[in-house]
Amino acid sequence: MAQTVTEKLGRTAADGEPAAVDLRGVTFGYGPGRVVLEQVDFTVRPGEFVAIAGPNGGGKTTLLRLALGLERPATGSASLLGDPAHRCRRRAEIGYLAQRPTLGGEAPATVREVVAAGRLAGGRLLGPLRPADRELVEQAIARVGLADRAGSPLRTLSGGMQQRALIAKALAAQPSLLVLDEPTTGVDAASQESLAGLLDELHRELGVTILYVSHEFGAVEHVVERVVLVRGGIVFDGSPRDLPGLWHDPSHHHA
Amino acid sequence: MLDLEFMRLAFAVGAVVGVLAPAVGFFLVQRQQSLTGDGIGHVAFAGVAAGYLLDVSPVLAALVASVLGAITIEWLRTRGGTAGDQALALVFYTGIALGVVLVSVAGALDVNLFQYLFGSILTVTRGDLAVVVALGAIALATMALAYRALAGVTLDEEGARVQGLPVDRLNVLVSVLAATTIAVSMRIVGVLMIAALMVLPVIAAGRVARSMLQTLLLAVGIGLASVLAGLTISYYGDVPPGGMIVLVAAGCFLLASLGGPLTRAR
Repeated sequence: MAQTVTEKLGRTAADGEPAAVDLRGVTFGYGPGRVVLEQVDFTVRPGEFVAIAGPNGGGKTTLLRLALGLERPATGSASLLGDPAHRCRRRAEIGYLAQRPTLGGEAPATVREVVAAGRLAGGRLLGPLRPADRELVEQAIARVGLADRAGSPLRTLSGGMQQRALIAKALAAQPSLLVLDEPTTGVDAASQESLAGLLDELHRELGVTILYVSHEFGAVEHVVERVVLVRGGIVFDGSPRDLPGLWHDPSHHHA
Repeated sequence: MLDLEFMRLAFAVGAVVGVLAPAVGFFLVQRQQSLTGDGIGHVAFAGVAAGYLLDVSPVLAALVASVLGAITIEWLRTRGGTAGDQALALVFYTGIALGVVLVSVAGALDVNLFQYLFGSILTVTRGDLAVVVALGAIALATMALAYRALAGVTLDEEGARVQGLPVDRLNVLVSVLAATTIAVSMRIVGVLMIAALMVLPVIAAGRVARSMLQTLLLAVGIGLASVLAGLTISYYGDVPPGGMIVLVAAGCFLLASLGGPLTRAR
């Protein structure tokens, strides 16, 4: 594991590629006296697979929003893919899986319709989908194993399949950075295992940087290179093997 | 019935309205902003009153007022730190209050005003038809062009922001489209009921359709059928067209709700 990280670092240094996410001395609060994060330094290098966990209210979602430029730090600086996070010019390269997308509200959006929405930023905004973009959408659907359900309304699928469809939406953006916010909410343990396996594949085969945020590490603990614990600041940052015992999740044991 | 010039005009305008209202409403319903149309409708009423007062075309004045009202709602919702329903309430009641005061000042508190509130098939002129067709064509073309972007933002607004899509501009576009629809539709359906034609066909279609696009197309079909049926019944039964159109649309929703579980179980 350590070797993999070193190799990736080496490649990054050679390419001179900027950090995917870089927070320096960031402090943030919602109003006076309600400091959520204090003096946080956090860097995600290109090609890394990082899981961020922590208790609810510990500031992990805030950390993510700062990293994505959805919030601005009170002090310190946040950069995203080489630009100040709030005016990042490479947003189209971010595949984002929101915590609670509406999935079409009243109208039953199909897997294909949801995934096609992931192609908006990278493709053309107006007019019909171009054939090349259509191809990418179908590839992303096939990649997550939903080719035979592409025309099904999302709400008729299981929680695990819905999750896969949303990952396909993120993949359709051809992301260099894949961000997942609480992707295991409402997903059973078996689907969580298969989600972890899928992310591991994507990481190794496509070299995509992955930032995974959840209240627990769960199944991904066994596939990530680095875990970060957030509780008002970063309280642990390192290899999952060095994680304090009580943070291991007993429901996902691997031989 | 179609031998009469006024009925031909009413049907022509009605056809445009029947297609346009559910198409725009589709995006409002998706964002859980079903009542936005109603809020804008009340502002449109203030516009009609201002039109009377200033002696300009009430439709044109309503269009301007609706667009301003729609943008205000969107601004309050996203920037003003106001909850969605509060923003709506603010615009809603200010609109109707302004309308009542302006109408009274203009001395137009009479039967003409009722046409705008509840719709009328007797009053559509050739000039109206030209305005409705022109504005309707522009609105429909815009929606066709921006459909994927608008639908994508309704699916996942935060995701769209992260990806750097022009979410705010697309939201304003929906508001302006809604305002245009209301100004165009009020002669036939009336400002008090136009929002129903934007919402009911969409939620009816959502019960039975199997995709977003199917929902949109089916909603347009239901909207068109409701307007044509409503106008016909209105002509023979001598009842206000707005009320009849909305009742037909509500009937469609009821049918879809009864049939929905059957189709969904497949």
